[in-house]
Amino acid sequence: MSDDTFEPKIVGFMCNWCSYRAADLAGSARIKYPPNVRIIRLMCSGRIDPAFVLKALSLGADGVMLAGCHPGECHYVDQNYKAMRRYYMLKHTLKSLGIEPERVQLVWASAAEGQHLAEAIEKLVADVKKLGPLRWPSNWKDNEDRLEALESIVKEHEEALEVES
Amino acid sequence: MAERIGIYVCHCGSNIAGTVDVEEVARWAGKNIDDVIVAKDYKFMCSSLGQAMIEEDIKKEGLTRVVVAACSPHLHEKTFRRACENAGLNPYLFQMTNLREHVSWVCNDKVKGTAKAKAMVAASAERVKYQQPLTPMYVDVNPATLVVGGGIAGLQAALELADAGYKVYLVEREPSVGGHMAQFDKTFPTLDCSACILTPKMSEAGQHENITLLTYSELEEVSGSVGNFKVKIRKKARYVDYDKCTGCGICSEKCPRKIVDEGFEAGLGTRKAIYTPFPQAVPRVPVIDTENCTYFTRGKCQVCSKVCPTEAIDYEQKDEMVEIEVGNIILATGWKLFDCKKIPQYGYGRLANVFTNMEFERLCNAAGPTNGKIVMRDGKTEPKSIAIIHCVGSRDVNFNEGCSAVCCMAALKLGHLILEKTKAEVYSFYIDMRTNQKMYEEFYQRLLHEGMHFVRGKVAEVTDAARNPNEQGKLIVQCEDTLLGKQRRIPVDMVVLMGAIEPQADAKELGLKCGISCSMAGWYTERHPKLDPVATMTDGVFVAGTCQGAKDIPASVAQGAAAAARVQGMITKGKVMIEPIVATINEEACSGCRICNNLCPYNAIEYLEDKGVSRVITALCKGCGTCVAACPAGVISASHFNNQQVFAEIEGALWDAIAECREPETV
Amino acid sequence: MKYAYYPGCSMECNAAAYEVSTQAVARVLGFELAEIDDWNCCGATEYFSQDELTACAVVARNLALVDSRTDQLVAPCAACYLNLAKTDKLMTDDPEMGRKINQALAAGSLHYEGGRVKVRHLLDVIYHDFGEEKIREKVVRPLDGLRVAPYYGCQVVRPIKGDDSTEYPMQMDEMFTWLGAEVVDYPVKAHCCGGHMTQISEPQAFELIRRLLQSAVDYEADMILCMCPMCQLNLDAYQSRVNGFFNTNFSMPIIYFTQMLGIAFGLDPKELGFGKELVAAEPVLKAKLTAKTTT
Repeated sequence: MSDDTFEPKIVGFMCNWCSYRAADLAGSARIKYPPNVRIIRLMCSGRIDPAFVLKALSLGADGVMLAGCHPGECHYVDQNYKAMRRYYMLKHTLKSLGIEPERVQLVWASAAEGQHLAEAIEKLVADVKKLGPLRWPSNWKDNEDRLEALESIVKEHEEALEVES
Repeated sequence: MAERIGIYVCHCGSNIAGTVDVEEVARWAGKNIDDVIVAKDYKFMCSSLGQAMIEEDIKKEGLTRVVVAACSPHLHEKTFRRACENAGLNPYLFQMTNLREHVSWVCNDKVKGTAKAKAMVAASAERVKYQQPLTPMYVDVNPATLVVGGGIAGLQAALELADAGYKVYLVEREPSVGGHMAQFDKTFPTLDCSACILTPKMSEAGQHENITLLTYSELEEVSGSVGNFKVKIRKKARYVDYDKCTGCGICSEKCPRKIVDEGFEAGLGTRKAIYTPFPQAVPRVPVIDTENCTYFTRGKCQVCSKVCPTEAIDYEQKDEMVEIEVGNIILATGWKLFDCKKIPQYGYGRLANVFTNMEFERLCNAAGPTNGKIVMRDGKTEPKSIAIIHCVGSRDVNFNEGCSAVCCMAALKLGHLILEKTKAEVYSFYIDMRTNQKMYEEFYQRLLHEGMHFVRGKVAEVTDAARNPNEQGKLIVQCEDTLLGKQRRIPVDMVVLMGAIEPQADAKELGLKCGISCSMAGWYTERHPKLDPVATMTDGVFVAGTCQGAKDIPASVAQGAAAAARVQGMITKGKVMIEPIVATINEEACSGCRICNNLCPYNAIEYLEDKGVSRVITALCKGCGTCVAACPAGVISASHFNNQQVFAEIEGALWDAIAECREPETV
Repeated sequence: MKYAYYPGCSMECNAAAYEVSTQAVARVLGFELAEIDDWNCCGATEYFSQDELTACAVVARNLALVDSRTDQLVAPCAACYLNLAKTDKLMTDDPEMGRKINQALAAGSLHYEGGRVKVRHLLDVIYHDFGEEKIREKVVRPLDGLRVAPYYGCQVVRPIKGDDSTEYPMQMDEMFTWLGAEVVDYPVKAHCCGGHMTQISEPQAFELIRRLLQSAVDYEADMILCMCPMCQLNLDAYQSRVNGFFNTNFSMPIIYFTQMLGIAFGLDPKELGFGKELVAAEPVLKAKLTAKTTT
């Protein structure tokens, strides 16, 4: 599936205070990393709606990076923990959808960790290259399994909601 | 009606143009992105000419949206927002694309760099279409300030503000202000007496008409936000009436209960059960230590009450809650000493004549328990040799990775005092000698001449296991001398451990109350480590002194003054702007599930019982957007970061992927 | 409770007292040590400095032989413990090394995945898995009045970092306070006994041994407690040579900690291998632990 010319398209959601600044620092320090991640700035990793990730994948992204401040160092006290919880739930969902969870990676990077962020990007790009293109939108119609999985997840959610009410 | 977008791609000299074909990016954007009216590249977009070009286009071409693709928004977002505003465009209709830090500087390949730049410009262009005009909010600033911590940094900040004519509440946990500096004997490198330079500031703070001193008090709760904080403070019961007490001290004198003073005297001296920590304490009003007071423990005694000439003793006193309103808060909560028992091989707590630096400060201090006589633990023998061990618990991955910044100089100072007061040989065991401030290196040279011995190496152990008659009855310091490349064993009478400066045990807890965070090591995080060292990420909360990181007295004083200056700036301005990036709940669609309520660390979401819906208290919301992402009904919206904007940005960022996937697969 | 057990070579001859007392204590505390079938020598300290890969492969064979139903391996000897733990760590941290070692193991149709087995020293097992309450419960003959000097040596506390201090370990100290003994807090408890230095340079080795004995004497210890056959051998068997060399007159019994645990548990000294030591412990035990027993 993968070949040497495959350049994955990856969307990176970064919080304004730590990880976006880490990316700024990587730039100021002229640290080189693969140019595959297109960075979108949010105020906090807590703002990352799992729908953003699904949206990106459904539009043709091969991978997604989520980045925030280190646990305990969140600018908004502890909202990155909430991002982390969502991330683990999301990974579970992706698995059921037949998407390799390695395509979506969560990274903690403080504003002083340009090198660390660059390394994390390198790793994500390498991992996604190994997995090959996702082409979710074009594969979607043909992939009955994924559709089925999605339906079962929706059903599960509905059932869960019913129990609660 | 379609928006009219202007796109401006900056060369930044060759900084961007070196690895991104900026002309191509501008040309491409003009041709391929819908609604783009103007797409230009320019050498330096942030120059006045570049700004003027944008302003002119806004007016002439009737641009309704602007994208500048240049450097980080953290650098020039404000610049271009202002340019838009000058041309009559709401600044929140502008978006910045970071081509320099995020593309050209991190990429070597011009083709790939250009492709990434296009995607990022497209992302901004798609997003900007959905941006909405926003108006920053302004709130009045309460001119009163809360300073937490009465050490030298807090005192300095309080006095600066009070002298400028503003009201200050100075809260201190201990019975007296003064902090650690009050415990020291001399200060390096000038060797002036610590008390002599500190006590005038203490009494000034005590008497200042603009300062309300709240000693023996702790901060309980903070609510509100910049300009208008409401603070609850617990005034712990002193059991002495603050107003009646004259500070004559007869109660302490007559109190029959004497205990070891683990606080101010670092366990070397004693105090009474009713006490002021030291003679120059401010205020002079004593407190009763109920754990040790005979009356409180056994129900009998009351000597203090009997001797008090003003009937100030009040055994029934209770903790009191005080509520104050302030516009700004300065945290100057200081540090604590590393627990040297955590390094058992250095023998503290096990070998009698191993001391901590704070114990030794008291030993050197003329007002201390030995009247400044340097003697061993038996209280009488003068040591013939003393070893000072640096970096105990600092620069050590097992405890604190960082350098405590002051111990080298403090060790030199103690060395000097020993040489001055005794005939002892003094050995310093150091890893690196750090004397990098004004007159510090000179002081080191002075000690070299005075005959202090320096051994470069990290001490392996302090032991009483003698190997030869020379070592018998001594403490042996074993260390690899890295300059000689040899193991050395130096027998001494006394060892001083320069314990690390650590964050206060409850620093994190207090930080949370004020909405600021700590670094991994536990120091308060400043807004910017270089360019904004006393502000924090929470507007209206400032830090000063060692709570922000280990530092010496001059630096603490400078930070105290700097924090005060920042606060004064806020007060004189009178109003503060609040970024209009907040969440709002569409009450009509809210189901009242309350999931969002507990997610907010600022308690900015209230539940309206009568309507059965939740509502964001705008003044408290900091705009993180966590509730927005969590709302199962999707009825919370984040201004400037709403779903529509982010989705559009994702779409733009993936314009090429979308195009590829639309094409029929050939494989 | 059942653990896989790697006794190591010493336990059969010079440390027979350690072996019998370990088994006796295990019976009292109620755990079983299931010896690995067909184990081989760990290579001691020398082999690792000769050829790391071969040394690791020799050790890894033992790890591979651990019954797949258990992931806990106990070694009573400090050197065996370190070699097993070190090999496991190397194979976990360095997949390339793990691959090479497994290539070697494949010749014997064996395989070991780094991290599968948790290698533990006997002291760690007794201290953590049983702990204060269970140990105190079993004490019928408190060691009141007996001054013991716990001796840890190097290889259990360093370089593999457990939860005890690497510089100033405390777990044996604590354990013996539970037994009622007076624990001597002497400063050399984690210093080196010299290992095999006696075979290379006697003066150097004797000096290291002398320091340990001297410090125990200075702190008025009645006996030194060991947790390694090598340490015990050095301190016990060379004591008279040290006396001759330095003109001293040490007479310090060197006893395995399991032997004294056994005494506190009320077992018969004979059952615990007493009498095999060269500096006899009997006089001290007689003088300090008279027939007082509690139930």
